[in-house]
Amino acid sequence: MSLLAISDLKVSIGGKEILRGVDLDLRAGRVHGLAGESGSGKTMTGLAVLGLLPHGARTSGRIALGERDLLAMPAKELNTVRGGEVAMVFQDPATSLHPMLSVGRQLTEHMRHHLGLDRKQARARALELLGQVRIPGPEAAIDRYPHQFSGGMRQRIAIAIALACSPKVLIADEPTTALDVTVQAGVLRLLRGLCDDLGLAVLLVTHDLGVMSAVADEVSVMKEGLVVETGPRGQVLRDPTHPYTRALLESLPGETS
Amino acid sequence: MTLLTVDDLVVEHRTPGRPLVRAVAGASLTVAAGEVVGLVGESGCGKSTLARAVCGLNPAASGTITFDGHPVTPLGLRRRNRALAGIQMVFQDPYASLNPRRRVGAQIADGLRTAGDTVTAPADLLERVGLPRDFAGRHPHEFSGGQRQRIAIARALAARPTMLIGDEPISALDASAQAQVARLMRDLAVESGAGLLFISHDLSVVRLIADRIAVMYLGKIVEVGRTAEVWADPRHPYTRALLGAIPAPDGAGVLPAELSGDVPDPADPPSGCRFHPRCPVAMDVCREREPTFGPVACWLHEPA
Ligand SMILES: Nc1ncnc2c1ncn2[C@@H]1O[C@H](COP(=O)(O)OP(=O)(O)OP(=O)(O)O)[C@@H](O)[C@H]1O
Ligand code: SF4
Ligand SMILES: [Mg+2]
Repeated sequence: MSLLAISDLKVSIGGKEILRGVDLDLRAGRVHGLAGESGSGKTMTGLAVLGLLPHGARTSGRIALGERDLLAMPAKELNTVRGGEVAMVFQDPATSLHPMLSVGRQLTEHMRHHLGLDRKQARARALELLGQVRIPGPEAAIDRYPHQFSGGMRQRIAIAIALACSPKVLIADEPTTALDVTVQAGVLRLLRGLCDDLGLAVLLVTHDLGVMSAVADEVSVMKEGLVVETGPRGQVLRDPTHPYTRALLESLPGETS
Repeated sequence: MTLLTVDDLVVEHRTPGRPLVRAVAGASLTVAAGEVVGLVGESGCGKSTLARAVCGLNPAASGTITFDGHPVTPLGLRRRNRALAGIQMVFQDPYASLNPRRRVGAQIADGLRTAGDTVTAPADLLERVGLPRDFAGRHPHEFSGGQRQRIAIARALAARPTMLIGDEPISALDASAQAQVARLMRDLAVESGAGLLFISHDLSVVRLIADRIAVMYLGKIVEVGRTAEVWADPRHPYTRALLGAIPAPDGAGVLPAELSGDVPDPADPPSGCRFHPRCPVAMDVCREREPTFGPVACWLHEPA
């Protein structure tokens, strides 16, 4: 079942057309990977879903979350959707974490705002979330500040915050690019597990075709504001039909082992 | 010709009220002219500390650093160390090397002056890093992260370094621009005959540009070798774990293997081989005696 359907999405900023008619379908319990080079419009597609396009951007098309069109939604309503039903994780965990607030405060403030939980309920749920993203010793971790964690742990906390309000859709834009490969492995496993266990629909934006291959179920490839190829992971990565996808795969250093 | 020799280097960080951190704990490394050496390892293993020591920004507690035949001593001891004039560093955050208030052209001109270069124009260098010549008249804040990093590279190159050090110079960039900028650094360094020490946590980029690769773990270089050889046949269990964690783009949907545990606290390193608590093939000797030899510092690969 399609949870979020993007159809014929066009975005222009300052007269320049950045997305030229994007179609994408996100399904519950599935990771949809979005690849493509710098400037192809991957991040803009994610931001459009979140209603976070730069000021002055003009849009057309439809982003359907169930029956509702996010593009047509009033800003106030969109605010409750964002961070509620639709959540996000970015390349740099610092984007989602406030340096001066304790981890617990950031987790609970979110929940109290969106879910109307009281202090005690929110704290209990925060501890549960920290456990879910496998932060060791949640009881101690909850009162610490972001800088007291390693980069991988910070990204896990950012994911916990994204999950706080039980979203249906998670937009993850290069979530492991800033991490060590050893840490990346853990975060990818975590994302895959959350997607499977919670039935999340994940849009995974990544330039890394290895990451794509590890966790995505479907893969779409973007070029100059358009999706040029979309299909099951195995097909797109092993037997691409579009010359651009082939070029992306061929530019990778050869496998030696 | 060997340009840079780091020999059994120890660098310590002292913070009042906290235990001494031996961030670099006896590391050895060389970089030749025209050679690109990639330094990899997990966060906190001491890569930046080593790079800063090479630039004279961190004093060595013991061991030696020799650059172009001269010993490197910390900055400020004797005004500007002669040996250091040939070393330029590019940081992760281009703002660390660019002044936000001055025009780009003027900052590149500083570098040219250092090198005593009176013929090259700042705009020529912008062109070499793939930017329009007229950027010289603008300020750093007018540019994207990728453009700023290119400017920082142009500025570093203007001083005609014989050694360029990049400490995560691409990690603040848009992910899909990272390989491009890394290639650019490689090409420019090699073209001018300079050595390049390239620090990155992104192994796939290092594989793309490095002639040799040095793998660092908790303050030590645990394996050094030609990039292609290390990739084809990683020998140190830590190198194996690192490379094994890279997901293959084969469409198979296989999640990469996790290396259990975190990098231990360098203030309290494990006994014997520093990797033993995380090593899947640790033996009794590993807990007691430290393998201090190279090119693979592991009891399974002791030189005959
Ligand atoms: N100025 C400092 N004072 C005290 N400790 C420090 C200082 N700088 C670094 N350290 C410590 O020294 C160790 C090595 O740090 P370093 O920054 O060299 O690692 P790194 O390999 O560059 O990591 P990253 O990949 O995260 O940049 C770490 O334990 C770090 O916490
Ligand atoms: S010396 Fe022992 S513990 Fe260390 S890497 Fe080799 S086998 Fe593993
Ligand atoms: Mg560093």
